[in-house]
Amino acid sequence: MEFLNAFVAFSNFVIVPAIAYGSQLALGALGVTLIYGILRFSNFAHGDTMAFGAMVTILVTWWFQSMGINLGPMPTALLALPFGIAGAALLVLATDRMVYRFYRAQKAAPVILVIVSMGVMFVMNGLVRFIIGPDGQQFADGERFIISARNFKTMTGLSEGLAFRTSQAITIVTAVIVVALLFWFLNKTRTGKSMRAFSDNEDLALLSGINPERVVAYTWIIVAALATIAGVLYGLDKGFKPFTYFQLLLPIFASAIVGGLGNPLGAIAGGFVIAFSEVTVTYAYKKVLIYLLPESLEPSTLVQLLSTDYKFAVSFAILIIVLLFKPTGLFKGNTA
Amino acid sequence: MSNPFLIGENMTGGYGRGADILHDCTISVAKGEIAVIVGPNGAGKSTAMKAVFGMLNLHKGSVRLDGEDITKLAPQARVAKGMGFVPQTQNIFTSMTVEENLEMGAFIRTDDFSNTLSQVYDLFPILKEKRYQAAGELSGGQRQQVAVGRALMTKPKLLMLDEPTAGVSPIVMDELFDRIIEVARSGISILMVEQNARQALEIADKGYVLVQGRNRFTDSGKALLADPEVRKSFLGG
Repeated sequence: MEFLNAFVAFSNFVIVPAIAYGSQLALGALGVTLIYGILRFSNFAHGDTMAFGAMVTILVTWWFQSMGINLGPMPTALLALPFGIAGAALLVLATDRMVYRFYRAQKAAPVILVIVSMGVMFVMNGLVRFIIGPDGQQFADGERFIISARNFKTMTGLSEGLAFRTSQAITIVTAVIVVALLFWFLNKTRTGKSMRAFSDNEDLALLSGINPERVVAYTWIIVAALATIAGVLYGLDKGFKPFTYFQLLLPIFASAIVGGLGNPLGAIAGGFVIAFSEVTVTYAYKKVLIYLLPESLEPSTLVQLLSTDYKFAVSFAILIIVLLFKPTGLFKGNTA
Repeated sequence: MSNPFLIGENMTGGYGRGADILHDCTISVAKGEIAVIVGPNGAGKSTAMKAVFGMLNLHKGSVRLDGEDITKLAPQARVAKGMGFVPQTQNIFTSMTVEENLEMGAFIRTDDFSNTLSQVYDLFPILKEKRYQAAGELSGGQRQQVAVGRALMTKPKLLMLDEPTAGVSPIVMDELFDRIIEVARSGISILMVEQNARQALEIADKGYVLVQGRNRFTDSGKALLADPEVRKSFLGG
């Protein structure tokens, strides 16, 4: 019983949140890795693309709510998601047309494109704050819990509760579906294969008659979809605030690099590695240890390895360790 | 030789705005024949081939394919006209499977290419065996087969090979040459740059010896092999 309680507490505060957070990071990192693989630069504007897509989704959600349209127990945001994706896709395609295409035609070095993307980041950043404001927004509605802590306790008779929130379940299910769709697209369709070919060997892809502008446009649309979905899921789970999305850039890049830049499978693995490290290192283990240890050894402190304020340090540390020992990432990616 | 299938005539030019590498160089291939370009290092062999394929700025001379002037066409457009090109390096998609490599070769085709696919597999049986394996995991000789197979997928009328035997063992080289002869017999013209001059000239209907971007000797492969001056200067006696 003591052990079960410890396990439930651990699941409630570490495993379930980390899986949800890992799914969000994985979706974000997939976008970063696709841009790196095909357009060959690290897109610093990715966090703000997520924020923009999420913002459009929120605005449409509010509009739906004002008209009384909802999804019952599910959040209305899911209904608004396609609009958010379309909005983000239009934004990145316009950005590509106005900004990136110019540098592509000049065959600008990747480092120049990185700086350019930082400029784009600031513009998108301002755009989002200008439209929706810098404050936090709540837009989650519908049923809050699938299993609430109290229900879990009465169901199992344990003294610890395991809460499973709707947003967490939606995050995990959506992430699985999106990843499956993405891999099907990249591996089975002609367009997806041409994207992989372009990423693998640009010159040979051109020789084979693959149209680079088409590949680039498809990439941006897919990246906009991934970014918006990641942004909305994160917002449903933890609330929307433009600044948090900017901050998410670090763990997302860490995930993509840890997994191996340019490798989609690596991005997913990297997302979970970063999420689990962040959550396990910043969790206070006191509660779990009280159940597991005899009374005499009970901890008097929180037994927290690192304060949550330092959670970004975890991404950094893992990033550095991986780059030191395996510069191409855990999975075989392009050298960063 | 009055009406060659492909001819790059009096080509003069270089890369970008750099100095000229080719000087009044002429290369031609007849239908179903094998033409080989040989010469010392830095003679402009690969450059001559790239010029024919449109990867060079020519400010003199012209390239004609089947009587049509294609001097101004981009390389991609020349692929659509029936020219297949196998670069010397990075000529396969390493992270993709053998079959995906061949599919990408057929990217510009809108018709059903399964027939061509099985023809390529008949020509290179080992590729059929390894069709689901990543091309980057194959041996050097097998990679070259993938590269040639990829170029054949567009059903080209002319196949251009830039040192197809670079870095493969002598046994694999003989095997590759056999395959290339087989391709030529099916009616496809072949233009090839080779380091292994002697072996290449043995299978060549026509040979070009280039020196410093100029035609030095032009004759049938056999005649070049028999020419004492060519033997002395370029074939090591």
